[in-house]
Amino acid sequence: MRIHILGGRLIDPASGLDQRADLYIDNGRIAAIANAPAGFAADETLDARGLVVAPGLVDLSVSLREPGYSRKGTIASETLAAVAGGVTSLCCPPETNPVLDTPAVAELILDRARESARTKVFPIGALSKELAGEQLAELVTLRDAGCVAFGNGLVEFSDTRSLRRALEYAATFDLCVVLHSQDRDLAVGGLAHEGATASFLGLAGIPESAETVALARQLLLVEEAGVRAHFSQLSSARGAQMIAEAQARGLPVTADVAMYQLILTDEALRDFSSLYHVQPPLRTQADRDGLREAVKSGVISAIASHHQPHEADAKQAPFGETEPGISSVDILLPLAMTLVRDGLLDLPTLLARLSCGPAAALRLPVGQLAVGAPADLLLFDPEASTLAGENWFSKGRNCPFIGQQLPGLVHYTLLDGRIGYRAHHGSHR
Amino acid sequence: MMLPNPEQLLPEMATTLTRHLSAHALKDARFIGIRTGGVWVAQALLAELERDEPLGMLDVSFYRDDFTQKGLHPQVQPSALPFEVEGQHLVLIDDVLMSGRTIRAAMNELFDYGRPASVTLVCLLDLDSRELPIRPDVVGATLSLKPDERVKLLGPTPLTLELNTLASQ
Amino acid sequence: MSPTDAKRPLQLNDNGQLRHFLSLDGLPRELLDEILDTADSFLEVGARAVKKVPLLRGKTVCNVFFENSTRTRTTFELAAQRLSADVITLNVSTSSTSKGETLFDTLRNLEAMAADMFVVRHAESGAAHFIAEHVCPDVAVINGGDGRHAHPTQGMLDMLTIRRHKGSFENLSVAIVGDILHSRVARSDMLALKTLGCPDIRVIGPQTLLPAGLEQYGVRVFHDMQEGLAGVDVIIMLRLQRERMQSGLLPSQGEFYRLYGLTSQRLALASPTAIVMHPGPINRGVEIESAVADGSHSVILNQVTYGIAIRMAVLSMAMSGQATQRQLNQDVEEQN
Repeated sequence: MRIHILGGRLIDPASGLDQRADLYIDNGRIAAIANAPAGFAADETLDARGLVVAPGLVDLSVSLREPGYSRKGTIASETLAAVAGGVTSLCCPPETNPVLDTPAVAELILDRARESARTKVFPIGALSKELAGEQLAELVTLRDAGCVAFGNGLVEFSDTRSLRRALEYAATFDLCVVLHSQDRDLAVGGLAHEGATASFLGLAGIPESAETVALARQLLLVEEAGVRAHFSQLSSARGAQMIAEAQARGLPVTADVAMYQLILTDEALRDFSSLYHVQPPLRTQADRDGLREAVKSGVISAIASHHQPHEADAKQAPFGETEPGISSVDILLPLAMTLVRDGLLDLPTLLARLSCGPAAALRLPVGQLAVGAPADLLLFDPEASTLAGENWFSKGRNCPFIGQQLPGLVHYTLLDGRIGYRAHHGSHR
Repeated sequence: MMLPNPEQLLPEMATTLTRHLSAHALKDARFIGIRTGGVWVAQALLAELERDEPLGMLDVSFYRDDFTQKGLHPQVQPSALPFEVEGQHLVLIDDVLMSGRTIRAAMNELFDYGRPASVTLVCLLDLDSRELPIRPDVVGATLSLKPDERVKLLGPTPLTLELNTLASQ
Repeated sequence: MSPTDAKRPLQLNDNGQLRHFLSLDGLPRELLDEILDTADSFLEVGARAVKKVPLLRGKTVCNVFFENSTRTRTTFELAAQRLSADVITLNVSTSSTSKGETLFDTLRNLEAMAADMFVVRHAESGAAHFIAEHVCPDVAVINGGDGRHAHPTQGMLDMLTIRRHKGSFENLSVAIVGDILHSRVARSDMLALKTLGCPDIRVIGPQTLLPAGLEQYGVRVFHDMQEGLAGVDVIIMLRLQRERMQSGLLPSQGEFYRLYGLTSQRLALASPTAIVMHPGPINRGVEIESAVADGSHSVILNQVTYGIAIRMAVLSMAMSGQATQRQLNQDVEEQN
């Protein structure tokens, strides 16, 4: 299959490419940029005039909910949602049932992902057995089964010594750990950022120090162990600042932020809408601004959807009894484009945080527009708009942005040179 | 239509009431006005009779039968009966008797204070459109209105009547 | 799961009248005054031979208590009965939730029994909002206390107490003392006082019992009783739960009493005509001295009486607001 992509604006943040040029795909890979290879005869030509041609997005956290929670989502439904949002590679966290702590579960996920063939799926394995935070999982075996990194979600290790040992063990085999920073004791029972809004609503608070105390401890242990570490889902400006300081003293740590954390603040909880119930919590405007700044400067090199689909019942209860999480991978690109629309980032920087940034953090072999690289591409119209919810593929409709008109419209997503998603809607220009 | 002047109706009402009370041997009757117009009429009657005694005031909002249609009156005031109701002769006074439903509500309320010996009903105007078997013992004037006409008492001094036409739908 | 209709606050109808009573947040002063005025009228009813009016005859009020409370439940029952409503009280213990029936299903079932109003108490903040918004928007929902969030009828009965004893709110200093952090009463009181124009609202307690960002309520924060009580006209004491010691917020009841207990000596710091309030039940010798609780400044028992009148007012106003809304909806339908 040979595809000729005609006249698009090619943006490859990894190489700094940003020019209007044609792109040629042959046998699943990028065959040439600008000038057609000798004798290239396209089977299909995609008219990309007016569109941006970028690397397919790399999302470091998409809960596929399979195995174990198929009422919330399946690998088929959630990877389809992902391509619709412009994603061609995603990492799925280990919070499945059973937990992703055995090769069998990793294989099951990879098999199902191959069957549905929508996106590349890179599983993140459990760092501890059953995510209990006590006994180490078989990290090397899991690596060999396809896990690209290891994390323990929001569950802290039972004690600091166990965590230190886990980091040392991972370091031995040059495995990457994905760390969430939320101190168990400081966050216990908490539902919202500790501040005026939570006080006003009578919701138990999660102080900023829940993040920073855990982060400080983790950073020191990471430094001592010499392990590759990626910090996931930062929520506070202070936390981002601590990552910046660690990077400044030469610690090779990376970090990501949830897309919604760059848009929403704890003010959104005012009406007790469970759609805004997330963990770690939405924090203040100052925190959001600090996170945005860190994304801009590159301290935070990845934006992830942290997509968590739920069935309707999971959100159908008083706030504190609902399950946390937002379903949003369907609209990852349009949500991210709001940052460009609002003048916070330029388009190449945004795309860097959504492609080569996350790919580099976990050393994933994706996220570039280079000759010879797999043709994982995203073609979108930056001037058109998307009505969130109009086309929705995720099983979870727990998304507070549904109904909003967002900038940017995905036209095509290509995976290994095949068209994985083609917009059926007319242009909303 | 010409509306009567309430001030001119009062002397005759006072006379009729006095005659009624003595004819039926209703001794030491206490006066009760229904808020808001009935209280004004009651005060005017007491003045006309040169009686200086505490006046009872009823707010029947909690006893109305149109709660489910109209809801609660937004400016409910406390009822105030500065005397015992039990065994007492009472004179209940309202401004305009239309359907009779306000009087029904007022009687229900009165009986929650105790069992009066008797209740005499006085109305400034009777609009001859009663929906309940309630008839005043003393009435200032009887009028017949068109279906879309309403009459309203303004007061307390001077007492005047105002004719309103319901806005046509 | 749509967010609240931005055009209209959840607890008001299209005419701006109460149709649910969930929180004092966002209610205009006129509405709070109307509640107090209506309650004044109901107080008079409570003094009659027959303490009952036929206002809610034929209506069914369902008290659904997911959290135990004898006092609040009883006063709501009494209020509904004095309005001639039929009253059902359900104590939905946590065990029945563990049987698998959700809050959602419990209330839908009750709605199907033609309940006209729910009085709900629940341990989760926002539970009443959830019910009013997502479970049964056409049944009036009265918040009988939700988590730490709000206890609006208690807030309003406190306001009625203050208004009846102090006349108005314009020149008052009010101090709220103790465990503000866990108190829905304190939150409702602070909102009501602010809306009603009280110029000096003080909260007194150790930092462990004060919620973050309290200044944004427009209150002054004190950690010391000497300073905080100086010249105040109203003292609202809050109940201190034993669990607070176990969770490390306080060292002991004894030390709390030593620092924040309301004694006769401390009461002397307040205005000579100060009143002492407490939502009850009181812990003698923990937050308040017996001599103060039973003394001439105490209006704690009056609060209970006022509580019934406030609840009668709120029940009848919300029922009225729902009726009006139904009428408005019908008019719109007829026009279309």
